[in-house]
Amino acid sequence: MFAFIISRILQAVPVMLTVALISFAMFAYVGDPVAIMLGQDFTEAQRDQLVRDLGLDQPFWVQFATFIGHAAQGEFGLSYRLSRPVAELIAERAPATLELAFTAAALALLIGVPMGVYTGLYRHSWLSRFFLTFSLIGVSLPTFLIGILLILVFAVWLGWLPSFGRGDTVNLGWWTTGFLTVSGLKALVLPAITLGLFQLTLIMRLVRAEMMEVLRTDYIKFARARGLPNRVVHFGHALKNTLVPVITIVGLQLGAIIAFAIVTETVFQWPGMGLLFIQSVGAADIPVMSAYLMLIALVFVTINLIVDLLYYAVDPRLRIGRGKGGH
Amino acid sequence: MRKLLLAAALALGLGAGWAEARTVRWAASGDPNTMDPHSQNVGTVTMVLQQIYDTLIARDQELGLAPGLATRWEQVEPTRWRFWLRDGVKFHEGQAFTADDVVFSVTRAQQPTSNYAIYVDTIERSVQVEPLVVDVITRVPDPILPNKIASLMIMSRSWSEAHNSTRPQNTRNREEMYTTRNTNGTGAFRLQSREPDVRTVMVRNTDWWGWNEPSSREANVTEIIYRPISSDATRIAALLSGEVDFVLDPPLQDLNRLRAAPNIKVVEGPEVRTIFLAMDVHRDELLYSDVRGRNPLKDLRVRQALYQAIDIQAIHRTTMRGQSVVTGTFFPPQVNGYSREEDVRLPYDQARARALLAEAGYPNGFEITLDCPNNRYINDEQICQAIVAMWARVGVRARLNAMPLAPFFAKIQRDDTSIYLLGWGVPTLDALYSFQSLLRSRDGGQGNGIWNYGRYSNPRMDQLIEIMTNQSGAPRDAAIREALRIYREDIPHIPLHHQMIPWAMRSNLTIPHMANNQPYFRWARMN
Repeated sequence: MFAFIISRILQAVPVMLTVALISFAMFAYVGDPVAIMLGQDFTEAQRDQLVRDLGLDQPFWVQFATFIGHAAQGEFGLSYRLSRPVAELIAERAPATLELAFTAAALALLIGVPMGVYTGLYRHSWLSRFFLTFSLIGVSLPTFLIGILLILVFAVWLGWLPSFGRGDTVNLGWWTTGFLTVSGLKALVLPAITLGLFQLTLIMRLVRAEMMEVLRTDYIKFARARGLPNRVVHFGHALKNTLVPVITIVGLQLGAIIAFAIVTETVFQWPGMGLLFIQSVGAADIPVMSAYLMLIALVFVTINLIVDLLYYAVDPRLRIGRGKGGH
Repeated sequence: MRKLLLAAALALGLGAGWAEARTVRWAASGDPNTMDPHSQNVGTVTMVLQQIYDTLIARDQELGLAPGLATRWEQVEPTRWRFWLRDGVKFHEGQAFTADDVVFSVTRAQQPTSNYAIYVDTIERSVQVEPLVVDVITRVPDPILPNKIASLMIMSRSWSEAHNSTRPQNTRNREEMYTTRNTNGTGAFRLQSREPDVRTVMVRNTDWWGWNEPSSREANVTEIIYRPISSDATRIAALLSGEVDFVLDPPLQDLNRLRAAPNIKVVEGPEVRTIFLAMDVHRDELLYSDVRGRNPLKDLRVRQALYQAIDIQAIHRTTMRGQSVVTGTFFPPQVNGYSREEDVRLPYDQARARALLAEAGYPNGFEITLDCPNNRYINDEQICQAIVAMWARVGVRARLNAMPLAPFFAKIQRDDTSIYLLGWGVPTLDALYSFQSLLRSRDGGQGNGIWNYGRYSNPRMDQLIEIMTNQSGAPRDAAIREALRIYREDIPHIPLHHQMIPWAMRSNLTIPHMANNQPYFRWARMN
């Protein structure tokens, strides 16, 4: 077990380095931070001085090595745009993104699974058809469009929910939460639906397919033959066996939700990490962009590791394989 | 007696205006990068900080000069300007305002880490004459010093020293400065809280000296909540749904919808920003063209052909939906030195353009790449698309290279362009600023030709700009006139239009529209 974790962590190192390298190389194309920092008036001398101060006159590999060296110590420098430590900026924004992502994931799970079970069990009911049609919307409409439609209906026409921002937040130490205020909860509704809709439909379709698969298997027939009530068969036997792939997908999708909250956050001016990233792209704020990409890579790597560990715990075959000395 | 009347007026003013809380919720696309008043010279920073900090000389609603922290000023010698300061002014944290704070602020803005150096570039030093009289000594006679000083925000020396912020914030240090998130001005509003990119709250400074000025007597805003909303659609939705009272930058395509909406009004006015095309007139061969061995843009006839091929009225009507002021020069009437007679366009004439191209030896036109930002100016990319189509009709095959502002500016600042679209604002409201940055030969002098990426160079133009720099009165005016005529005849740029800026707000808000695109809430009224 321990050796397994170590090996996975060692495997993660080159992944992180590759992400760092690619993102770093990419920044050569996003523009010149110097031009943005200097504004409209400057002299050539000021410009050269700034280039030197930022270390941009160094060769690429030197810049990259410096960056990695600092990054390894959690030191990402100062944002060019906001003149504040990058780590602090990201730490400030992380609660907003994480609360949004977890709410969206919870929403997707709590609505998606029952819908999937229902459509799997009653394939021909009109409600199932409605759910399936509805899920097509979730799969096919781009996030920003869903967001804007929701804003139009619920903020502009009906005036029920705010169109942007996070509402009032409460500070719990360094964590700011919107869960404890009415305006915070109201502000969460539209972005969470926007962000979670795709996952919701994905989970629903996955559960549905798995349910239909499992319901055809022998042990369900045997369970019915034993005279177990439908409820026990459906939820005790069938659903339980569909959940393994669902949990895997949800885990992996959580990473995607965090990473791709960018669009939702931009549409709703949600003050999270994705919005910070987009604003940094506009200003060629390389320290923030690289730190963000590294963080997202880290999130994916960590989630993959956890999923692997879950497999390890759930699937006895893996353990046996290990016991025999590798596969 | 006068004092009594004043007190009565004050009491009345307080009673009428400020008895109830009047909050303006304001949104625009970008958030200020910093709260340091001498660091970043960009509109998003100034629009917030000018609510908080005062300048020695203020701007009135027509952008003219008005008394600010200085009640009067005078050029006592050619190189010495004297300012008499307002008595009894206090900073938000209680420090008394004196001449020493002015001396400090000038020095601070002159630091290499300041982006405001252009406003203090001619200043040698400033000295306190009396506690409320300060002299500013310039290296050369500077006729437009008051215009520049009007952009210099005044900080408290003792406060800055106490917080270790005697230099403008420096991104190169690895530390955050106190002034990045804290302010202490003398202005009409004080900063109450700030969460970057989320919310900036300012509250009325009841002790502000200006509340009894005629322009502010009706003003009743007690609180300003600024929230950036970067998505256009969301910003407009927030205005329509009543979550926001004032939007500084509504997108053009939504204006008709906003005008039709109940309780919303759109106020339009000109902006001091001119959009034009600038060209590489320096290289012997263009970087991005199929013409080899020569530079077609060095030929006046070709520049004129490209100019006359543009149907500016069509751009005005269709691309800009009427929200532009067509021009034949490169700064608008609000700028000192503007001349109506020199603001004449070459007529739109495709046949003439084709003839000129043929005459210049390009009967079949040529190929060229037009660099264009796509998120900097109003409809910038669409303007370029229209121009590409218009040029195609006279045989010039332009490839449009539209980019976000960050890579765009990086590219043109390397002189890596053949022709590009640029918009130019004039914060000093004096012609020199535009001439010096855009048309002067790039000779290494401070500010000379720093935005002249086509590397236009004309010795006579340089001479005239030198006169504008050093002289005042009639010779200076004559120099500007002549330079404008050269601009018209020599075509270093193809001028297009001055931008118009619409502001959208709820109908119960009244605020004067300003050509510098800055809302002054000291003049605003909420009903």
